[in-house]
Amino acid sequence: MYTASDLRKGLKIQIDGEPYIVTEFDFSKPGKGQALYRTKMRNMITGIQFTQTYRSNDKFERPNLEERNMQFLYVQDGEYHFMDTVSFEQIFLTKEQLGDNLNFLIDNMEVQVLFFGERPIDITLPTFVNLEVTVADPWAKGDTSGSDTKPVTVQTGFQLQVPPFVEQGDRIQIDTRTGTYITRVKE
Amino acid sequence: MLTPQGLQQRSDLLQAVRSFFIERAYIEVDTPLRLPVLLPESNLVPFTSENWFLQTSPEQCMKRLLARGCTQIFQICHCFRKEESGRIHQPEFAMLEWYHRGWNYVDLMQECEALLSTLGQRFPRMPGLDPEGMLCRGESRVSLTPPWDRLTVADAFWQYAGVEVDEALKSETFDEVLVTAVEPNLGRERPVFLYDYPIELGSLARRNPNNPRVAERFELYVAGLELANGFSELIDPQEQRFRFSLEIERLRAMGQNAAMPEKFLVDLASVGETAGIALGLDRLFMLFMGGDSVAAAMPFIFEEL
Repeated sequence: MYTASDLRKGLKIQIDGEPYIVTEFDFSKPGKGQALYRTKMRNMITGIQFTQTYRSNDKFERPNLEERNMQFLYVQDGEYHFMDTVSFEQIFLTKEQLGDNLNFLIDNMEVQVLFFGERPIDITLPTFVNLEVTVADPWAKGDTSGSDTKPVTVQTGFQLQVPPFVEQGDRIQIDTRTGTYITRVKE
Repeated sequence: MLTPQGLQQRSDLLQAVRSFFIERAYIEVDTPLRLPVLLPESNLVPFTSENWFLQTSPEQCMKRLLARGCTQIFQICHCFRKEESGRIHQPEFAMLEWYHRGWNYVDLMQECEALLSTLGQRFPRMPGLDPEGMLCRGESRVSLTPPWDRLTVADAFWQYAGVEVDEALKSETFDEVLVTAVEPNLGRERPVFLYDYPIELGSLARRNPNNPRVAERFELYVAGLELANGFSELIDPQEQRFRFSLEIERLRAMGQNAAMPEKFLVDLASVGETAGIALGLDRLFMLFMGGDSVAAAMPFIFEEL
């Protein structure tokens, strides 16, 4: 069990049988008054956010959360299938569950799948992924427009700004937390 | 965490606070931090030290010094409150506390005005002040020039939350309404004294003779930040014993140990009409030093130890 004084940003707790993550936290205590733990939380299954104020005697269960290494296999009918790299067990997550992760997910990529009990609820991508540029305007040498980046599209369909020297067919490294270009990579 | 430059600023402010009180004929006292019994306050959790306690405030010993005949005393000391940690809370923090015999809470409000406006004039280049000498915090630009605003708790609850104080007390939402709806609006242009608290929220404060539902207690707010808590002190030992017994009941209901501070009650009979106030020094310094959390004004916070 957690108590209210354990609350902090990033803590995962269970309320009414569902896992929540604390996204914002503030401790307040008016003079001569009670300690108040003001939180903003996100339901880790539905993504729904809410704010709630707790008091010292409030208690929370620890959610049964576990991360497992899995490999992305294929997508079929909006279901994204992953395989446990140790047990070979297969599970799937929906497009909605994956959300923006789809911007960087490619076949055979190894990711961390988060389970709530037996149920897969989220994935964590590698921090850096290498993707192929599929659409890019050619670099107009002598371009004096002053622009130091240009938009390109990578193999997942994701668009981002890159330096002008990046060309179609290049592979580039992207930070999946921010979706920003890091460097061009040689294969 | 403070740089040498920050430590210099903190030192300058500390010296100026001392001078302010010395020049006004206060004597500085330093009372024990470690006590065998605390004044029972149900919302404070003390640290134990062997089978004694670290003080949660210097109030007990300072009032006992008043009973010896002191008329004006101040103290700068550390206080300890368990389970209090956040942007503007640390479990160990610096307190400025002072008492003035013969005064009431209205007199103390004026002294607060004098203290902060003096500091503002003395240190126009502190990072928390803009070129016009206004104290800046978040969206607030606060003029320290007296007189400041005064607002009763009842008016503030009605004005900012549309709630009657009695209603909030009954539904046990007083603290929540105060923190979420009222406090953020307080002291945005000028500091404000929020005063006349419900009697059950001022167990060491005198009942207001004109309105027995409230205690003569005030809190000073600057730019939404609670800075100081002052009273016309309750000096009737019988009444104080009764109020303590209510606090002790609450503490025991929460499974905490509490005892009646008997020596304090004996001395209280000799204290005489007095006003007293406690001010969170780290928060005050944070404002002048332009910080966003008390950590920005303290040599160390507990997480760094």
